[in-house]
Amino acid sequence: MGLLSLAIWTPILFGVVLLALGRDEQAGAVRWLALVGAVVSFLVTLPLYDGFKLGTAAMQFVENGVWIERFNVNYHLGVDGISLWFVLLTAFINVIVVIAGWEVITRRVNQYMGAFLILSGLMIGVFCALDGMLFYVFFEATLIPMYLIIGIWGGPNKIYAAFKFFLYTLLGSLLMLVALIFLYTKSGGSFDLATWHRLPLSGTAQTLLFFSFFAAFSVKVPMWPLHTWLPDVHVEAPTGGSAVLAAIMLKLGAYGFLRFSMPIAPDAAREWAWLMIALSLIAVIYVGLVAMVQRDMKKLVAYSSVAHMGFVTLGFFIFNDLGVAGGVVQMIAHGFVSAAMFLSIGVLYDRVHSREIASYGGVVNTMPKFAAFALLFAMANCGLPGTAGFVGEWMVILGAVKANFWLGFAAATALIFGAAYTLWMFKRVYLGPVVNDDVKLLKDINAREFLMFAMLAGAVLYMGIYPKPFTDVMSVSVSELLKHVALSKLN
Amino acid sequence: MIDKLSWIAVYPEIVLLVMACVIALTDLYVKTPRRTATYILTLMTLGVVALLNGLYAQGGQTIYAFGNMVVSDPMGNWLKCFASIAMMVTLVYGRPYAADRDMLRGGELFTLGMLSLLGMSVMISGNNFLVIYLGLELLTLSSYALVALRRDNATATEAAMKYFVLGAMASGFLLYGLSMMYGATGSLDVNSVFKAVASGQIKHQVLVFGLVFVVAGLAFKLGVVPFHMWIPDVYQGAPTAVTLLIGGAPKLAAFAITVRLLVEGLLPLAIDWQQMLAVLAVGSLLIGNLAAIAQTNLKRMLAFSTISQMGFVLLGLMSGVVNGNTLSAANAYSSAMFYMVTYVLTTLASFGIILLLAREGFESEEISDFAGLNQRSPLYAGVMAICMFSLAGIPPMVGFYAKLSVLQALISSGQAVYIGLAVFAVLMSLVGAFYYLRVIKVMYFDEPITATTVSAPLDVRAVLSVNGALVLGLGLLPGGLMALCAKAIVQMLGS
Repeated sequence: MGLLSLAIWTPILFGVVLLALGRDEQAGAVRWLALVGAVVSFLVTLPLYDGFKLGTAAMQFVENGVWIERFNVNYHLGVDGISLWFVLLTAFINVIVVIAGWEVITRRVNQYMGAFLILSGLMIGVFCALDGMLFYVFFEATLIPMYLIIGIWGGPNKIYAAFKFFLYTLLGSLLMLVALIFLYTKSGGSFDLATWHRLPLSGTAQTLLFFSFFAAFSVKVPMWPLHTWLPDVHVEAPTGGSAVLAAIMLKLGAYGFLRFSMPIAPDAAREWAWLMIALSLIAVIYVGLVAMVQRDMKKLVAYSSVAHMGFVTLGFFIFNDLGVAGGVVQMIAHGFVSAAMFLSIGVLYDRVHSREIASYGGVVNTMPKFAAFALLFAMANCGLPGTAGFVGEWMVILGAVKANFWLGFAAATALIFGAAYTLWMFKRVYLGPVVNDDVKLLKDINAREFLMFAMLAGAVLYMGIYPKPFTDVMSVSVSELLKHVALSKLN
Repeated sequence: MIDKLSWIAVYPEIVLLVMACVIALTDLYVKTPRRTATYILTLMTLGVVALLNGLYAQGGQTIYAFGNMVVSDPMGNWLKCFASIAMMVTLVYGRPYAADRDMLRGGELFTLGMLSLLGMSVMISGNNFLVIYLGLELLTLSSYALVALRRDNATATEAAMKYFVLGAMASGFLLYGLSMMYGATGSLDVNSVFKAVASGQIKHQVLVFGLVFVVAGLAFKLGVVPFHMWIPDVYQGAPTAVTLLIGGAPKLAAFAITVRLLVEGLLPLAIDWQQMLAVLAVGSLLIGNLAAIAQTNLKRMLAFSTISQMGFVLLGLMSGVVNGNTLSAANAYSSAMFYMVTYVLTTLASFGIILLLAREGFESEEISDFAGLNQRSPLYAGVMAICMFSLAGIPPMVGFYAKLSVLQALISSGQAVYIGLAVFAVLMSLVGAFYYLRVIKVMYFDEPITATTVSAPLDVRAVLSVNGALVLGLGLLPGGLMALCAKAIVQMLGS
């Protein structure tokens, strides 16, 4: 069994064991088993980084076996510089999420932990799949655990949110399914991604394919104007669900653009880049403004996610090294930062049971340790140099300026909005005098929460101060991708 | 003198017939209310029949027996094998339910179940219009009686009446259409009809006139729009065990006669019947899915879901011949066969859960009866959830691959209309996802009304777990079953 299979199936196996054997009477054992599972699953991904060869764009750790002979579907896995970090990121966030749900979840603990473990395995599968159908199966299967997580452990309006999440994303994916089958037929019966990348396609076919993929991935990212499901879902989802959703699930969509839309339909991608850039800029600027007026902290961070993902798609569709690499770096950084932001809100929500900004004020007086972490994450969310948030956004802006000065100018302006809504929220929630008894009675974070935030803070700072390991890994893959996209596939 | 080979070809049917009579007699001497002795005897018989059919299918031979009246080919044998297993599973799930409702007295459930399976077998292996019709009548007559098994129950009797009237009409349609074919071609033999039609000597008008009736009759039996109205009423009205008996195994037989009549017999008319099937499929997908949303009764909802699922099967069947080219025929028909087999598998498990939750004097057929099932029994809620996701076509459940293979058959035709149909089917399955998800929502997100734990006899629990695991497991590794269907269909087309 290869390393990638191990990374995919270890958490799933632990998840299944938890589902099968766990009982609420032994919640303690269930939590420890889940933690062991998550940690082991993370550890098995580390050799990937260790053994990854720099300087090549070829797929590494490749595993290839026949899966469904009749449709020529292969169990074909591999990672390159673009996907490697997401495997590690997913496994890392999974550990955090298990820790985050430790005391908070008291009902059906085994199902909660099991769902997250299985979900993490499936998401790693999405990042590793090199076969179109395998990708689709993993991509779709992630809906099932997430639907249950939102619906069972969510807030008051959870059912609406769960359905909206499922049906919204399913619609996009189903159109992609038609596109995948179309490609299968066009390529003479192959679901192999590399074959599809080489496949010459007419202009119309490329446009249709591009928009089918757009339907699936732009909903997932989400891009404006298809983002409306995200705030609703984030508000209702349990903290862990929000963290995984923002940190990893949104990246599945952005990753899809790099793996499918751009290399399979490069001519259409170039032709429609203006549209993608326009939508991304709207997301960055307009949604940034929308975030500013939110009263609900989770909603605010949700809109901020949309804005940050706007930077990612902007970076992709300006088609230069800096932009695309910046987009990928931004995806990783946003994975850490958004998870941290949602977990911070979760910490407050667990204690006060309110997400309204107005219910808080002066938290720093009662929870100094927590406020310090929150400040760091807020700064990272604004893109302060030295934090993870800075690197990606800076690279994207540089790339944009290279492509067109005004584009870069617009994107850079948006950074100000990001700083504005994040800092304003920070000021209202944490600073100032203690406003009410709820805040007065707050207890600072315990060792478990401290550990969780310390891990994230370490990642955020490390990536901000020394991003080289991240950019080194992806640079060759990104330039190969761009070379490929620059060539016309019209026949 | 009938040769030995002919007898061998129908061994499984002979076993069934003899044992059905034996069991009817034995039951007279069995006094226990749960009829354990006859039950075990029935299961053993069905097991032997399934095994025999499976061995025949493995052998892979095509045998024409009794002067071309009957054919024993891998497609038929596999379908018969699956039908026997489905009948076994049905009886396992249905027995506690039937025992609680005093439906086992007289042992009719077992005998009639076996006779209906005999009917299915005859339909599946029939190679002659009359043989197929006889099998169909044997199946439907047994089913009418089974629906009315609770004769003191008003809804069941009403359902039986409706079923009988509409079913008789459908049989009439089919018979009328077949007689037109006979009149035009001068033969009842499927292969001779094929040759006669293919010769192009026969007036097209007469053939198409008969074809309309044949398709209408088949559409009745499959339960597709606009011949679908009996499905919700009968599914809801019949005792749940019988609903499963009607909604499970017989679908395989209905698929078989559709293939035998339309493909083996009337393939040269494919252009005509494909158009008819397309209309039926679009109607079924539309009405089945939309009407299912409005249902509060789970059995009725599953009935409408069946209608929409049959629409998908028809989509598979209608994409075989493109521009008079039969290259993609094997692909298309095997996708339809795979769809049907996996659909039956999923239906068995979902009705199994409904039967399990029904107690004495309580039917548990409203969707709200499933509230909080996850807290009462995570295992059964899990099985039901797997089934619902499978019916909705979400990977990695087997239902996804069924939809995938049908969509693939449509899209690979390369015709704009067919691709349009694929997009339509995909959008309709999005609508479908809504009501399947609602069942999951009720089970997982709502609080339970009663705290009673769900208990089941060991046999039910074991079979149900395996059944649920298969729906998921065949989704993880669908290759084997797909290859099996493809091989069977290729051989059927080749002979």
